[in-house]
Amino acid sequence: MSEQLFDGKLVVGPAPHVATKDSIQRIMWSVIIALVPALIVAAIYFGYYALMVVAVSMISAVLCEAAIQRFRGVPVTVSDGSAALTGLLLAFTLPPNVPLYLPVIGSVFAIAIAKQAFGGLGFNIWNPALAGRAFLLAAYSGQIVMTKWPILSNYLFGNITVDAVTKATPCAILKEAPLTIFSHYSLMDLFIGRIPGSIGETSALALIAGGIFLIVKGYVNWRLPLSYIATVMIFTVFLPVSDGAGGTIFLWKDVVLQGGWLDLVRISTAEAFSGGLMLGAFFMATDMVTSPLTGKGQTIFGVGCGILVALIRLYGGYPEGVCYSILIMNTAVWVIDRLTVPRFFGVKGHVSKDA
Amino acid sequence: MKTFSHGGVYPPEMKHLSKDVALEKIAMPKTLILPVLQHIGSPAKSIVSVGDLVKKGQVLAEASGYVSVPVHAPTSGEVSAIVQRAIVSGKVCDHIVIEADGQEEWLDGILEKREWQSLDGEEIKEIIKNCGVVGLGGAAFPTHVKLSPPEDKPIDVLILNGVECEPYMTCDYRVMIDRTKAVAIGLRIMMKALGVEKAIIGVEANKPDAFEKMRDAVWSDSGITAEMLKVKYPQGAEKQLIEALLGREVSPGKLPFDVGVVVQNVGTALAVYEAVCEGKPLIERAVTVTGEGVEKPANLVVPIGTSVADLLLRQGVDRKTKKLVMGGPMMGIALPSADIPVVKGTSGILAFNKTVLHRPGPCIRCGKCIEVCPLHGMAAEMVAAIEAGQVEKYEHLHVLDCVECGTCTFACPSHRSLVHYIKRAKAEYMAWKSEQSKKK
Repeated sequence: MSEQLFDGKLVVGPAPHVATKDSIQRIMWSVIIALVPALIVAAIYFGYYALMVVAVSMISAVLCEAAIQRFRGVPVTVSDGSAALTGLLLAFTLPPNVPLYLPVIGSVFAIAIAKQAFGGLGFNIWNPALAGRAFLLAAYSGQIVMTKWPILSNYLFGNITVDAVTKATPCAILKEAPLTIFSHYSLMDLFIGRIPGSIGETSALALIAGGIFLIVKGYVNWRLPLSYIATVMIFTVFLPVSDGAGGTIFLWKDVVLQGGWLDLVRISTAEAFSGGLMLGAFFMATDMVTSPLTGKGQTIFGVGCGILVALIRLYGGYPEGVCYSILIMNTAVWVIDRLTVPRFFGVKGHVSKDA
Repeated sequence: MKTFSHGGVYPPEMKHLSKDVALEKIAMPKTLILPVLQHIGSPAKSIVSVGDLVKKGQVLAEASGYVSVPVHAPTSGEVSAIVQRAIVSGKVCDHIVIEADGQEEWLDGILEKREWQSLDGEEIKEIIKNCGVVGLGGAAFPTHVKLSPPEDKPIDVLILNGVECEPYMTCDYRVMIDRTKAVAIGLRIMMKALGVEKAIIGVEANKPDAFEKMRDAVWSDSGITAEMLKVKYPQGAEKQLIEALLGREVSPGKLPFDVGVVVQNVGTALAVYEAVCEGKPLIERAVTVTGEGVEKPANLVVPIGTSVADLLLRQGVDRKTKKLVMGGPMMGIALPSADIPVVKGTSGILAFNKTVLHRPGPCIRCGKCIEVCPLHGMAAEMVAAIEAGQVEKYEHLHVLDCVECGTCTFACPSHRSLVHYIKRAKAEYMAWKSEQSKKK
């Protein structure tokens, strides 16, 4: 009888028969869209070459993913945007005048070694973009950790002249002599991104805007960026720091004793706006695959990243620690997940009621 | 407004398609097919043979134990066949086929008007059992069993479930609107059977008129209150509803009895009223026929045993229908054909003329499934263990305590059939467990 009711055969499948409109594709492309403001700022201050670095990085990541998936004999899923996102994030961590072969090498490492070798999307332990950057940092440190930073062009799609100006990055100043930071950069420079730095990391304003977009969309849990940034802000001003003359001082003691609560907050805010913290906190640490499953776990993850950033920034061999802090905490995700299993409904404490 | 505290999702409600269509009794179909297993428990035992003439309300199959209820003839006619067939869950049992004679002749003396106040609890439960009443919310658990708590578990509250959290479904809503008084009396009868002084009627905020009608119907009764709940799926699930209204959590493996509560559906209250006050066995129920593939969505009073095809023909169905679902879209079962009878647990029939077939992707560990699980289960971890075949981990991960509400699967951006994995894993665990006990 029902054969006469319908033209075709009925589809039979397990419940539920309705589904969310979200998809991996939607999430990944939303993250890419959220990074567009930072890309625009990069274009304004670093010129068209920065855009070329981004394009090369994204294209090589996508091609590498497609080639490996074809080689592995699995469906090619580059349209999900995850490889493009990795390429974009990697480019954002590179200096704006980096030779173009570096984003290629970095992307190939990120996709081939850090992602596909583990089984592809969902199975990687480390954030692929950061693993790519860490590889470049080790293999081409001269081109990544630069002593000379390009002058800012200050107009859209301008050229950058690399040799003209040598200016220390805010992170370097904060490490050597934090009290002098505001004689080099104003808080407003730091906020809008009028500072030297990697392509996508400089503008706190653009990154916070993108981050809020993702939080509103529900793709980022606010706990992680908040705990991460807050931890960095607290630890960098409460741990002993360099006084710029070979000694150490306690900022909270010295600055506050001089009646400068506000100055302490300003230095702490400068720490938050400098280096790759905003990019790392909103876009790298929050990578779903490599961060803990629960909100509680993500808070612990954020605090752990924050402590590591403070330690590396103040005492480490590098001026910046965001990349390593996240990679190290990525490694600890399985422990955090195990320690933050939510209490199952109706289970009282940890005691089995059946006993 | 109250709601359950953890997780939950907001699927499009879609109730506007059918909510304004009042309950309407359909004409008796020519053929009715009645499985002897329409409830949770042991199947009823057929006591008729092919060729027998039966009257409306006559017992066709009798209860075969305590957790079992009889099946009655929805109309008068002839038993034309008794066949073995699978019900939608896949279990095989006898199906009694009746050819209606069109006389609608009731069995003598069955329609007995009773004053429920003069009956005691045991008498009420006896009537309910003999009338074949089961929970009409979907699970179809025998009502008399649910009204018989063990002596060591005192019950203080009866919750009347008018939540109807499944999208599209509006039959409970119509029962509350169109049969308000009967539902209220059914509630009082069940309170008497349980010996409780207190009852709460739970209705979600998307049915304000049903809430008001129910509240007004019980205002004179100081023991009964109505509570409006914030709309969120799966609020109608027993454990969630109890937690939302009373803050009590039912532990894994435990029953509402264990926290002093019994939950009954509004449709069940109506069936109880009809059984106790009118002597009418459960031979018909309210069914929502809806979905984008249905031309005239409606809420119908349908004789048990009516085929889905009859209902779809009556309401008009799109020839391009791709999917038929018995029940709501979150927990209902997709039907392979329309030649399947409405049973006591059928709350609705959905016809979809569009289905999006998602290719499931890998788990990206977004944690959505964990965030939305009303039981705080680690669905992502459960399925990782299931895929790896780590049966020994299932118990610890609470795979067995999943209520299969489908919330995690609805929310999964990778469109993985998480709840399907979990259902399969439960069976796998049982097999493994019995293997283990054999080894010892």
